[in-house]
Parts: sequence; C-alpha cells; structure tokens
Amino acid sequence: MTMPFYVAPEQVMKDRADYARKGIARGRSLAAVVFNDGILICAENPSSTLRKVSEIYDRIAFAGVGKYNEFDQLRIAGVRHADLKGYAFSREDVDARSLANQYAQILGQIFTHEMKPMEVEILVAEIGDDPDDNQLFHILYDGTVMDERNFTVLGGEAEAIAERLEASFEPGMTLERALAVAVKALAGPDRELSAEDLEVATLTRTNGRRAFRRLSDDEVRGILSRP
Amino acid sequence: MTLPLFKPWEDPGPDFAALLRRSGMEPFPASRFELLGGDERLIITHGTTVCAVRFADGVVMAGDRRATAGNFIAHRAIEKVFPADRHSGVAIAGAAGPAMEMVKVFQLQLEHYEKVEGQALSLEGKANQLGQMVRNHLPAALQGMAVVPLFAGYDTRRRAGRLFQYDVTGGRYEESNFASTGSGSLHANTVIKLGFREGLTRSDAIDLCIKALFEAADEDSATGGPDPIRGIFPVVAAITAEGFQRIEDQEIAQRFEALTAELRARNEQMQPRVPETSDLTGEVDERGGDAK
Repeated sequence: MTMPFYVAPEQVMKDRADYARKGIARGRSLAAVVFNDGILICAENPSSTLRKVSEIYDRIAFAGVGKYNEFDQLRIAGVRHADLKGYAFSREDVDARSLANQYAQILGQIFTHEMKPMEVEILVAEIGDDPDDNQLFHILYDGTVMDERNFTVLGGEAEAIAERLEASFEPGMTLERALAVAVKALAGPDRELSAEDLEVATLTRTNGRRAFRRLSDDEVRGILSRP
Repeated sequence: MTLPLFKPWEDPGPDFAALLRRSGMEPFPASRFELLGGDERLIITHGTTVCAVRFADGVVMAGDRRATAGNFIAHRAIEKVFPADRHSGVAIAGAAGPAMEMVKVFQLQLEHYEKVEGQALSLEGKANQLGQMVRNHLPAALQGMAVVPLFAGYDTRRRAGRLFQYDVTGGRYEESNFASTGSGSLHANTVIKLGFREGLTRSDAIDLCIKALFEAADEDSATGGPDPIRGIFPVVAAITAEGFQRIEDQEIAQRFEALTAELRARNEQMQPRVPETSDLTGEVDERGGDAK
C-alpha cells in the first residue's frame, strides 16, 4: 500500500488557482460598462454562435470568460434558478445579488472540493430603475465576489484593460460613446477590433420588460464607424 | 432556493415543465385529482368564449370578460387572451384557475426555451408544446376542470398568420381561417363563418371578432357582452410581423358603439312586433270578444 504524499493546503489552493487562472488567460476578455440608459457588455468573441453574453431574466444578464462548456453550464443553471424563482414567487423577486451569491457558493464549493476548479470568471449584471441602482457582480473561479460600480473587466488581461477603461470612463456616457470606449480598451494600443470580432449586448431600461438586447454586427459597425 | 445544477444525463434540457417536475413544483400533477369522486364535483370558476380569425397580415384573437361559477357571474373583467411570446398569443376557455396556470407555465416555457437554447421555438413547436400541456391536464379535465385553449401566432418563417385549436385530450388541430372555443363558440363561430373572406383587413377582422362575441353573448348566458357602464370590453389583440399588440379599450368601445348603432337602426326599420302576453296578466282586453 502506498501512502499519499503530504501536500500543504496552501500549496493545494495555490496550484488550483494557478491552474484556473491559466485556463482563463487562454481566452479573450470582456468588459461591462455602465452608460446613461443601462449597461453595455462587450466581449471579444470571433464566434457568432457560441455566446459569452446572454440573458438570464428581465433585468439580468450573464457573461462568462474561460472554458465555454463550464460557464455555459453556469449560465443555464442561472436561467433555471431565475425562472423557477419568478414562477414560485414573482418576477420582481428575482435579483442579481441572490443569483451572484448562488454562483459564488457553487464556484467556491467546486474550487475546494472537486478534482479540478472551474476555469471561468463570470459576470452577473442587473439594471435598476435608476442609474445608481445598477449592479455588477464579478465572480472569480474560487467563488470570490466583487461588487463593481461603473465598469468591470473579466479575463486574462483584465488588469491592463481595466486601466485603460479607468482612464477613459466618464459617468453618463451614451451607448455609442460607451461602446467606443469599451472596444478601445479591449483592443489596446496595438490592435484594432472590428464588429466581427465582437459580441455586444446591452441591458437597456427603455427596452420593455425584457431589458436584454443583442446588437447586430451591422449596428456595432455603424456605431464604431462614427468619428 | 439553490442553483439547479444537474448531471448531464439527468438534465431536463430547455423544458421548463420538466424542470418544474424535477424541482417538485409541478402545478397540476395528475395524481392529485384521483381523490375526488366523480359525483363530488366542485363548482369552480369557468371562463368562456374566445375566438381567433386570420387576416391579411396575421391573426386577430378576442375573448369576452365573463367568468361564471355555476349560475353566478364570478367575475366581470377577467382576461382570457394573453401574449404567449412576441409573435404568438394564447386564449383560454374552461376552468379559470388551471387555465391561468397553464398560460403562465406556457409563457414561461417559451421564454425559458428561448433563453436556454438561444433562439425561439418555431410556431409549430410552440403549438405542440401547448398540446402536451393540455394532454397532461386530462386527468383534471375528467374531474370537470377542462381547459381548452386556442393558440395563434405569426409564423415568422412562413410569413403568415396561423391558428390552432385543441380538445381536452390534447388533440391539436390547425385551422386555416378561424377558430373559437368555449360555451358561446357555436354562435361566435357561425358569425365568423358567414363574415369571413380571404384577405380581411385588420380593421375588418377586429370588427368580425367583436360581432361574433356580441352575438355569442346574446345567445349564451355564460358569455359576457360589452359593458359600457363599467367600461369593460372584450380583450382583442392583433398578432402580426410586428408582434403581439393588444387593441386599446377605447378603440374596442368605439367599434361596439358602431355595431350597436347599426343593430339599432336595423331594429327600428323592422319595427318588430313584441309578442302579447296580456291574456295571462288578468287585465281586461278591450279588443276582447265581450266588447263586441
């Protein structure tokens, strides 16, 4: 019989975190930016069928980076959670905070107890009636939840992109301005991103009950081509 | 409420009804209804007449506002025509409680599918989904809680309005021009049948539905007519490529006024003879035989 080697818990956690971070860094990043009428989510995603950004509920959107099958599983679980909750109670009772907590619980649980952590970072965004009531929850692979205010960036290059966003973000931007700012921050100084490389969606207060709306490539091209 | 995560081989997929069952929240499980004996039927609230007519750009759906419980009017302003999603609508007749629940689950089912799968079901797919729900409801229907819906919508792939009728067993029948269900449906259907022609305008289709409901209310006690005193009028909606649009009450009120004006004018022209019943009231009839 062989005895397992002793490995310090610190080392186990560090190894897992490194593993997850490495997986996330392989994919492209995404940014969510608050604008005057809602929240813009802009992802670098060359695929037009495998989505990173999607609708969870009337006023809630989901976005994920990292391993597609893993964050998509979380997305579907979120849709189910929200629809069941809305059915059992009322549509008003479905909120991003409780969903973000659920995600954090699951990710934390998997990070410490499963063979392999999930290689994902996710965003749960909710628009409020008032621009001040917007909620952006950024959740990491180990279940860490961060509550962001004006914008947030997910993915391997998050820090550099967030720095660029910080420099150009202004409160109360129009959708056009916010998209231009987000795309510039995602691209960085050395690259140009075209509409085909992007997946763009918004949560807009004026969009009726279901606030989520995807922007088509043509719309994005139109906005980006303006000076 | 925890995050519903499933093992891949136990996943309910995009089916919201299956998810409800899996979560122990099924609205009308068949087993619950076996407890009631056949003779112990409760008097429950029923909704009645609804109809749908295809026109040039889509479909018009309409439903009266009355709900009855036995001989009583249980409600004067319930709604029986609902949007199912952006391009379709559902109208219900039958036991009001289960019917409302069915509509709620159906609406959620369509939205849930769209969100999970990333694209909406086809119109045919939606019609089949509703058929399954009606079929699952059969045990309750046998206990006197039948729900018989109508489903209509704009088929964005075929670019035409389509409508579907159901029976209590979940049988799904596509109708080419018009359909109606509920206790006044016989009368409503006849009116529509006589007034229908190919390529109706939106306005004519709305008027035809209004006339059908008016005549149904005239003949059937469980169907409510227009109620200008309380300002309650049938719910009418048009479904076209632009989506489901409920017609404003004010417009319906005006159309009813036009219809009643037309009927009044026709009545005055005919000067109908009101049947005499004075022989039984005990008053002396001056034209009677004795006076001669």
